[in-house]
Amino acid sequence: MELQEKVLDILAEICEDDCVRQDLSLPLFENDLLDSLAVVELLVELESAFGIVLSPSEVTREDIGTPQKIIDLVRQKKA
Amino acid sequence: MTFFGDFLFFFCMALVLLPAVVLGLRGKPLGPYGLLASLVLLLAALAQDVRQLCWLLGYLLLEVALVQLYLRLRSRFGRVGWHYALCLALSVLPVFLAKLSEVTPLHLFQFIGVSYLTFRTAQVIIEIYDGLIQKVPLAEFLAFLLFFPTLSSGPIDRSRRFQQDYHRVYTREEYLDLVGDGLQKLLVGLVYKFVFASLAYRLLSLADPKANVWLALGYAYAYGIYMFFDFAGYSRMAVGAAYLLGVRTPDNFDKPFVSHDVKEFWNRWHITLSQWLRDYLFSRLLMRGIKGKWFPDKLTGACCAFLVNMLVMGAWHGFALHYLLYGLYHGVLLALTEVYQKKSSFYKKHKQDRWYRALSWFVTLNFVMFGFLLFSGKLIG
Repeated sequence: MELQEKVLDILAEICEDDCVRQDLSLPLFENDLLDSLAVVELLVELESAFGIVLSPSEVTREDIGTPQKIIDLVRQKKA
Repeated sequence: MTFFGDFLFFFCMALVLLPAVVLGLRGKPLGPYGLLASLVLLLAALAQDVRQLCWLLGYLLLEVALVQLYLRLRSRFGRVGWHYALCLALSVLPVFLAKLSEVTPLHLFQFIGVSYLTFRTAQVIIEIYDGLIQKVPLAEFLAFLLFFPTLSSGPIDRSRRFQQDYHRVYTREEYLDLVGDGLQKLLVGLVYKFVFASLAYRLLSLADPKANVWLALGYAYAYGIYMFFDFAGYSRMAVGAAYLLGVRTPDNFDKPFVSHDVKEFWNRWHITLSQWLRDYLFSRLLMRGIKGKWFPDKLTGACCAFLVNMLVMGAWHGFALHYLLYGLYHGVLLALTEVYQKKSSFYKKHKQDRWYRALSWFVTLNFVMFGFLLFSGKLIG
């Protein structure tokens, strides 16, 4: 759960909106919570917070479309 | 023989695609045949131009060697900055020299598809660095590089995506779908390019854009429409031909003239180019910038990244002044749009209003058309 909390902290700060904590299946791009710039920021923050490598050409918008997907991605990379 | 440009090409392409259709309908693999078909068409196209053929062969040898070298370096030593930088720089050197050759008395690496091939090879090297690619079998690599439908002018595909299609064996039903879609795209592309684009091109000769503002405006619009139908037509034909070879090359255009702002425009115009630049240049530059704290804030960082990104886009078209200006123009537009959308309370308040969206569409359309006027080179000299 700690991983999940940390991811959501980062996401909420980047989206400047706490609603991402409440609904983990919220579509982020469709709701203007994430755009290309925010994605870059997100990748940088997640990389440094979790010590993983996230390549912009590997991580598609599909992969990070909802908060839950982002959590799953980080978990998968940490494993 | 001009790819997708003359009857000779279409005739040869039809000849070469017939066996593909036979194979596909019988549920056989299409990948290796695609490579063979590409080699045949390429040889047919360059048979008369031995010089071009030699440059192409030289280029292929260089890129294959570089990729294999970097694979070994990466697996032995991990992510070493200067290994990566050197291999990547060498891999894009040919296109740099080719573009330089257009504006100087040099004649280096000027062969069909050099601009587009570079994206493919650079992408492979970048993803080797990322650790996404661990091996590059020769046949697959050549099939990807030389894939004839997209060789001369794209769309720009990605190696891992291409590879999946290369190895995929379609059932008869799946392949029939592909044939249907593919043929439709080929036909629509043909009409776009040889009917609409031609018509728009005729209009261009009627106006001198330097005479007055109205003629300039008319010319800009005609040029934009010409460019769209010509390029979208070509791209659609390329995708259609690719489908018949079992490769679902991504589309390049999605109603670009409905865009409400310049950011949206670049998600609809030459889509594969802007996405490639976004994933392999823009994002990486910005990521390094944020990590290295090059910028006082992320908005400044984004603006710088947009400028660099679009300048590269312009320069990739050629080192002529009007191409560079075109790139700079769009870089500035994107940066201004970003600042505006992030900082303006007027925007945030009205961005969903119908009148605002209509106005925004109209303004964007004019910015875009003026950009094409710049691109045409008619305003300079």
